[in-house]
Amino acid sequence: MDEKLYKEIVSDENLVYKKTSLMTENVLSYCPGCGHGTAHRIIMEVIDEMGLQQDTIGVAPVGCSVLAYEFMNVDMQQAAHGRAPALATGIKRTWPEKIVFTYQGDGDLAAIGTAETIHACNRGENIIIFFINNGIYGMTGGQMAPTTLPGMKSSTSPYGRDVKTMGFPLKMTELVAQLPGTYFVTRQAVHTPGNVRKTKKAVKMAFENQLNKKSGLSFIEIVSNCNSGWKMTPTQSNQWMVDNMFPYYPLGDLKVDGELVSQQSAVSSRQSKT
Amino acid sequence: MGELRLMKGNEAFAEAAIRAGVDAYFGYPITPQSEVLEYLMAEKPHERTGMVVLQAESEVAAINMVYGAGATGKKAVTSSSSPGISLKMEGISYMAGAELPGVILNVVRGGPGLGTIQPSQADYFQATKGGGHGDYRLIVLAPSSVQEMFDFVRLAFDLTFKYRNPVMILSDGVIGQMMEKVQLADPIPRRTNEELIRECPWATTGKPASRERNIITSLYLDPAVQERHNVHLQEKYRKIEETEVRFEKFQCDDAEYLYVAYGSSARIAQKSVQLARAKGIKAGLLRPITLFPFPKNEIVSLAKQVKAMLAIEMSAGQLVEDVMLAVAGKVPVGHFGRMGGIVHSPEEVLTALEKKFIGG
Repeated sequence: MDEKLYKEIVSDENLVYKKTSLMTENVLSYCPGCGHGTAHRIIMEVIDEMGLQQDTIGVAPVGCSVLAYEFMNVDMQQAAHGRAPALATGIKRTWPEKIVFTYQGDGDLAAIGTAETIHACNRGENIIIFFINNGIYGMTGGQMAPTTLPGMKSSTSPYGRDVKTMGFPLKMTELVAQLPGTYFVTRQAVHTPGNVRKTKKAVKMAFENQLNKKSGLSFIEIVSNCNSGWKMTPTQSNQWMVDNMFPYYPLGDLKVDGELVSQQSAVSSRQSKT
Repeated sequence: MGELRLMKGNEAFAEAAIRAGVDAYFGYPITPQSEVLEYLMAEKPHERTGMVVLQAESEVAAINMVYGAGATGKKAVTSSSSPGISLKMEGISYMAGAELPGVILNVVRGGPGLGTIQPSQADYFQATKGGGHGDYRLIVLAPSSVQEMFDFVRLAFDLTFKYRNPVMILSDGVIGQMMEKVQLADPIPRRTNEELIRECPWATTGKPASRERNIITSLYLDPAVQERHNVHLQEKYRKIEETEVRFEKFQCDDAEYLYVAYGSSARIAQKSVQLARAKGIKAGLLRPITLFPFPKNEIVSLAKQVKAMLAIEMSAGQLVEDVMLAVAGKVPVGHFGRMGGIVHSPEEVLTALEKKFIGG
């Protein structure tokens, strides 16, 4: 691009949005169109706005977001596949005054790390789990995940997921909402500005819960796209997500302030409480 | 001096952790080491020192809790027995890769598989040669008494923070279950967070404005960077080999035949030395206290003196390979040991020595 034109575009009077200082200068390794970058940014913005950088320790998973620590400008640990909630438990139990979160994908959290996830939730660890669900193993090249939809094609379900032999997509968020150890459970998305705003509110609530020592774990699922793994353009993948993922993984709050909420009244319920 | 108390090895280990200023224990029940977790739960160390004790959902989770706490500079420990240690190996490899402090106790039982709950020393290879994936070493301490089950906890934490390398205490069902009197060292306080931040500038304790963020990882996608990391680790292991070898010698000055044995087998071999000497056989014992680093140089120098060496271990022969490597063919090296949870007697050991090397 012409440098003069570029400078004009990025000039102060045209600036409507700034990268948070809690995202590093490293170039994101995610595919263009992927929701991870937005999810990262929202979390870092909330930490920044709440002034929690010095108090926060994050845990990165194995999967596409294995390198989350390259982008998030807070102290971070990288976990073995699925073990992030165990690391977070070790951190939070020995540093109860710190804010601890994990950032995990569906393969990490809902397959290999199911036990660590369920038990951290069940113990009511006062941590936040961010669960990015794109229905596929993105990092390893698009294999079937526990959250892959029935009939959905992947490199290890090339004829579509046959639930008779491959099992059913696992609704982890519904599952952990039933546990008395969870305090706030919600499912959100980041594909539109409106959804980004809702997700950011949920993220803020999760950090506030932990900061205020609410008894229990905050669990935020973000249903996301994987345009590369799904073999679609970013726009197509977002539409496919709306048409196919959302009916199976409906957005909204499942549990607020330790109380289960019905799906229909989910969002309005939280808004009336806040 | 501290208090004298009659204790099981497992209980001594647990009490030592409280008195060593340990910040957290994460464990999962398995015989023959469950007394560690039971003792800690009963003692309420949270009230005594503020130490956290948590029963995890699995050995896998427990070692990863140690990872998480260790990566913040906290003194964290876990314990298990053989099948559980196999499960922990993933986390141990990650800790070695990420250069994290942490102490792991293995109260070894017979294997493979579910094996037996009776004592064994068949996890020597697993402890000293890696066990998990990748080129790494643990510092491995082998207690041969209940007193050492107590004393080695402090030593293990000194070493694990000095080298930022996980330390394994390789015990066995005999040492874990038997009762002996123990001199309890006076408690040292847990480190304050301020002390920790000063002493562990690498730890993920929350990023202040004054430093870059700290990252704990074992991932290096660029092979050149990964190789540099491997070279760095190997240099650390060489330094450990130069600096931290520990062993004990018993009646070696005039020995013609040398037992090499660690842990409970060393106790048996020591008695066997006395039986041999009563028969006029000049036997001696080298007891490696550190299995990694292995006392190679001591074996090399003893190989110039003795006629033969016999490794005594409750396994099919694992320690014996390290003895052979050090001896490098200078003198004959043999192995004797029972398996499957059978503990050899001093008489059996002496008979093996006579049959293999003396005749009659």
